[in-house]
Amino acid sequence: MENSIYSQVVEIIAEQAILDVSDISPEASLEELGLDSLGIVESIFALEENFGIQIPLNPGDPEKSDLDLSSVGSIIREIEQLVLGKNS
Amino acid sequence: MPRVAITGQGTINPLGKSVSETYDAFKNGTCGITELEMQDIDRLSVKIGGQIKGFDAEEHFSRQEISLYDRYTQLAILAAKEAIGNSGIEFEGELSERSGVVIGTAGGGLTTQDSSYRSVYEERKNRVHPFVVPRLMNNAAASNVSMAYNLQGPTFSVATACASSNHAIGVAYQLIKSRVAKCMIAGGSECMICFGGVKVWESLRVMSPEKCRPFSKNRRGMVLGEGAALFILEDWDHAKARGAHIIAEIAGFSMTSDAKDIVAPTLHGPVRAIKGALNDAQTNSGDVQYINAHGTGTAINDRVETAVIREVLGTHADNVMVSSTKSMHGHLIGSTGAVELLACTMALGEGVIAPTISYEEFDPECNLDIVPNTARDGKIGTAVSNAFAFGGLNAVLVLKSTT
Repeated sequence: MENSIYSQVVEIIAEQAILDVSDISPEASLEELGLDSLGIVESIFALEENFGIQIPLNPGDPEKSDLDLSSVGSIIREIEQLVLGKNS
Repeated sequence: MPRVAITGQGTINPLGKSVSETYDAFKNGTCGITELEMQDIDRLSVKIGGQIKGFDAEEHFSRQEISLYDRYTQLAILAAKEAIGNSGIEFEGELSERSGVVIGTAGGGLTTQDSSYRSVYEERKNRVHPFVVPRLMNNAAASNVSMAYNLQGPTFSVATACASSNHAIGVAYQLIKSRVAKCMIAGGSECMICFGGVKVWESLRVMSPEKCRPFSKNRRGMVLGEGAALFILEDWDHAKARGAHIIAEIAGFSMTSDAKDIVAPTLHGPVRAIKGALNDAQTNSGDVQYINAHGTGTAINDRVETAVIREVLGTHADNVMVSSTKSMHGHLIGSTGAVELLACTMALGEGVIAPTISYEEFDPECNLDIVPNTARDGKIGTAVSNAFAFGGLNAVLVLKSTT
């Protein structure tokens, strides 16, 4: 389950950033991968659609969010939590 | 005041995916009105339209671009690309800052609105794509064309229903004449052929169930179309200095409002618009040789437009060719005047008058030479293009040949 979430998130982010899956390291931030604000919003939309979850984030006001979306790895952890919450 | 040259033109419309394909269709009297292909077509009573078939966005745009471009923006960018290539102009440095984009559109990103409403209301989804706003906004096409080709001057959209692109071209012409701009990309783009777009026109009960037959006694109404046409308008001396080919001159423009009725046309408003445009062009009505009519194919428009032309031209009306190419491509609403202006540049540049096709029966209330069914050869020097919109807004352009 964890591996599948990991690979799906990496795949979605790679597609948005027009990069190869192998170029996505867990330490990288979305900005470092070349995603601008529209790209980040579209990535979040794609992740929500893919996992059937709500990611409560307003990128214009990231301070207000309790989510840690600072790197690919932290995004994966947050999505795992959200998916768990949905299924519980 | 500077003169204004047309140095480039581009289009994608039901008759063709380029100017040359469109000219060929005009010359051959081709009908681009076909059976509509769309979701829920069985719930529509109007099932025909000037729909662009065989257009694959992925052939022209990346996935990122497609996620940001409504269909009407896609068509505008393709028309702009052809027009700029045709003109040979490059927007760099000071020219970039003195050049802009004015695009007429009534519905803007209507197909995006339609599909987004469908997903939240019909499919009960609680999430739509995050780019719905930048896709649907009325200035999306103008902004994206300015971004794609580095035009940093006056850029905006114009929404005056069926006259939008004539207003857009006319205002762009005025911006060059008043020395605000050196070069403008102007015209229209419209994609109203989606379920909601057709449904609302159908409900107005002005649509023909079969063909568009302007000026014909048995005409039954209008047919919706979609597409884009854009022109490079350029300061005459600037065009000459860079050795550009000048396709035609925009010699005059006028716009008026009927201030009377939201849908029914009047005589007075359109008459003032044509007279004003001829006056702006310092041209006598006796010099007019071709009029591209608004010619929607509704009972009232074609009757009133005939009376308008007779009022302006008097007995000279009998010597003037008047055609409505809506018979071939349908009514493209906000972009219709731009596609129809191609019939004027073809008449002026190639000496061929586009016909009014699907014409069957003489109507004594539309007793003009409407160039029925077959294109006609004729060297002309002055052409007028009419656009009379719902809301009583009239915009008329006068074009002249360069010779």
